[in-house]
Amino acid sequence: MTALTQAAPDTVSDDSQPLLEVEGLTLSYDTRQGRVEVVHDVSFRVGRGEVVALVGESGSGKTSTAQAVIDLLADNGRRDSGRVVLAGSELTGLSDRAMRQVRGRRIGLVPQDPNNSLNPVKTIGDSLAEVLKIHGWGSKPAIAQRVLDLLEKVGIDRPELRVTQYPHELSGGMKQRVLIASAIALDPELIIADEPTSALDVTVQRRILDLIDALRAETGASVLLVTHDLGVAKERADRIVVMRGGQIVEQGPTAHVVEHAENPYTRTLLHEAAAVAWATPAPPPADLAERDVAIEVTDLVQDFDQGRGREPFRAVDHVSLAVAKGSTHAIVGESGSGKTSTVRAILGFQRPTSGVVRVAGHEVTSLRPRQLRDLRRSAQLVLQNPYSSLDPRQAVGDIVAEPLVNFRLGNRAERSRQVAAYLDKVALPATIAQRLPRELSGGQRQRVAIARALIIHPEVVVLDEPVSALDVTVQAQILRLLDDLQRDLGLTYLFISHDLGVVGQISDTVSVMQSGRVVEHGTTHEVFSDPQTDYTRELLAAIPGR
Amino acid sequence: MTPRALATRLGQSLLVIVLAFTGAFLMLQALPGDAVLIKFENPELGLTPAQIAEIREAYGADTPIWTSFWHTLSGFVVGDFGYSIQNGTAVRDLLAEVLPSTALLGVLGFAAAVVLACVVAFTAMGVRNPWLRNTLASLPSVLVSVPVFWLAMVLIQVFSFRLGLVRVIGGGPVESLVLPVLTLAVPISAPLAQILVRSIEDVQRQPFIAVVRAKGASRWWVLTRNIVRNALVPTLTIAGVLLGELVAGAIVTETVFGRAGLGRLTEQAVANQDVAVLQAVVVLTAVIFVVVNLAVDLVAPLVDPRLKKEVRAAA
Repeated sequence: MTALTQAAPDTVSDDSQPLLEVEGLTLSYDTRQGRVEVVHDVSFRVGRGEVVALVGESGSGKTSTAQAVIDLLADNGRRDSGRVVLAGSELTGLSDRAMRQVRGRRIGLVPQDPNNSLNPVKTIGDSLAEVLKIHGWGSKPAIAQRVLDLLEKVGIDRPELRVTQYPHELSGGMKQRVLIASAIALDPELIIADEPTSALDVTVQRRILDLIDALRAETGASVLLVTHDLGVAKERADRIVVMRGGQIVEQGPTAHVVEHAENPYTRTLLHEAAAVAWATPAPPPADLAERDVAIEVTDLVQDFDQGRGREPFRAVDHVSLAVAKGSTHAIVGESGSGKTSTVRAILGFQRPTSGVVRVAGHEVTSLRPRQLRDLRRSAQLVLQNPYSSLDPRQAVGDIVAEPLVNFRLGNRAERSRQVAAYLDKVALPATIAQRLPRELSGGQRQRVAIARALIIHPEVVVLDEPVSALDVTVQAQILRLLDDLQRDLGLTYLFISHDLGVVGQISDTVSVMQSGRVVEHGTTHEVFSDPQTDYTRELLAAIPGR
Repeated sequence: MTPRALATRLGQSLLVIVLAFTGAFLMLQALPGDAVLIKFENPELGLTPAQIAEIREAYGADTPIWTSFWHTLSGFVVGDFGYSIQNGTAVRDLLAEVLPSTALLGVLGFAAAVVLACVVAFTAMGVRNPWLRNTLASLPSVLVSVPVFWLAMVLIQVFSFRLGLVRVIGGGPVESLVLPVLTLAVPISAPLAQILVRSIEDVQRQPFIAVVRAKGASRWWVLTRNIVRNALVPTLTIAGVLLGELVAGAIVTETVFGRAGLGRLTEQAVANQDVAVLQAVVVLTAVIFVVVNLAVDLVAPLVDPRLKKEVRAAA
């Protein structure tokens, strides 16, 4: 590994001292199974004004490494060896009091999920002023003025109003801007951005990364960008450090890593990122137009009551779509575009305000509760988060068998045969049936959720963001699995996603939704090669690396 | 809270009080025997069954249940709680006499409980030594299971008899309050501290705490300026519920320490099956309970602004 590190040409010339040096960092966590080493002998540098991306999948140790730089490992974490040096002075071994002078003042942190990173009971103004107050910056009126200036700087409209608002009154993108403002409030030399966009909508992601870029250029700060997405790293970083299993497998200048990756793992990551970025969807099967229609939505409207005296909120606004049997239709849109409301109406979870929904021969909109149960036999759902969609106290075998039990299909022996068969179909070993969900990886859990959906032979499977909680390489595996299953079992997929990159790899046809309306639809091939609306173009441009 | 929501909430509160009144009334009526029998059927008085029947008639003991229900209810509505069967005094006067003393004990006891709970919870959270931290954090669970009467006796034994710090009998008004207040406070502080510790731990794990620490905040800053207010809402809710404990605790405390008060009055009324007094005590407790919980509901949105937002069922 050391050889690799040295093999890559170093952009930091010897005369200019790097801003951040991490040397031989080894970290471990205290767990029930004893001490577990999560980062082994990690060394890298961040030059002044440089953007260095720490790339890896979950569990690669990238976040722990970043946390160790500001000495904020979780309570059970420990630095076993190694040094962290900021602008020539060593941070490791500093007292807590001295370290507090570094945090916020010399190193700013932009966290992962803006939605839970602001104190919910503090106003935006108070949260932003906090870093200034902690470091004794200026008088009260000076702080108030600085807060307004900072909000303006990060592109938030009406700062005077925002300072009085609470986090729940702002969108995710705005909250992330506030957090960025807080990170740069004291002009730090280093900004650590820990997956700063993974919880945001794609088009917002791009704007946030642009903002970090612009602020970096303006202040001359260095950025340590922690990300699972090599596409993002390729686009934004001067240098890339690839981590896997707690070790650095490759590092060097971005162009070098991208073009001459030596490590097979880096090459896999690059390959997956390119597949997402440059998916040129194949033209759909020629007979698509002649096939039977499995899902047909006509003029769907879904209103939500907003209380007395207020106009109802129209979440779905005259949406129509049709999905041919055995094909995949994607609904693409950002949060609030109405795609989830559409799905709920299609599956009969919510009675629409008006419109007709036909799924696998059932007219969903007129079904009574008992008939809705029959609909569930032919239309199944796979949800986004495999961590919360599986009962944590049930063994995998019981989870997969549950639909059979609910519909009283087969006896015990027959069911366990079926479970084994379907676990095999989703490429899981039969022994996994005895395990609990928490013993499984994210990808394995999503396979379990897919097996559970398929075991009662549905015609239609609705996949609601089925891969967005997963690592890129796992995403690719799950997408391939879905593709194989569709061919073997003749399934019809309705695929919900905010990510056009993923959609390009799997769907035959697509509807792009914005504010409750379908703004564009057609075959995925057409939409990708010749987008008709600005919004679709923006979504396409937001695919990292494209 | 919108005026409409407030009106609904007030309506619910009223309903709770009426239900408490009805429940108490029915249960007290269902008890075998009654106060008249207890007082006058004593063989030593030598009353003939005819005389007892006469007395029963005078007290209205044999009026049909619904007549007496409406009679009592309409009395309560205008503030007439009837007369104690035991000594013929107006229940209103009896309550007025004992309330100040119990109110003082209750308020002080509750305040002491809050202080005690905060001290235990914050030291438990502030301490870095894991052993001490765990000990302090598990202290409330131990205290929850301590019976009040036993605690009172232990406190008297240790502080009065052994150490001679506080006199149980013949002390000044302040001195005589110390041990009763402590006795009352400990069992209430325990669940309060438990919830506080739990909430603080929950809040501590939230990502925004890591963000505040990354700003350079000390542990103390994080605790006092970020965690406390977030941990307050669940604690406040429990505090409202614990108020019921206060009344039960006052009964035992006042009995053990021989203090005059609502608790003592209740204890005697139970012993004598003094239905009129018990009815008034139950309703009074319900009113206090409802008012305090209403206040908690009104204060909670001030602590946590997210509660102001009305959540729509479907989105």
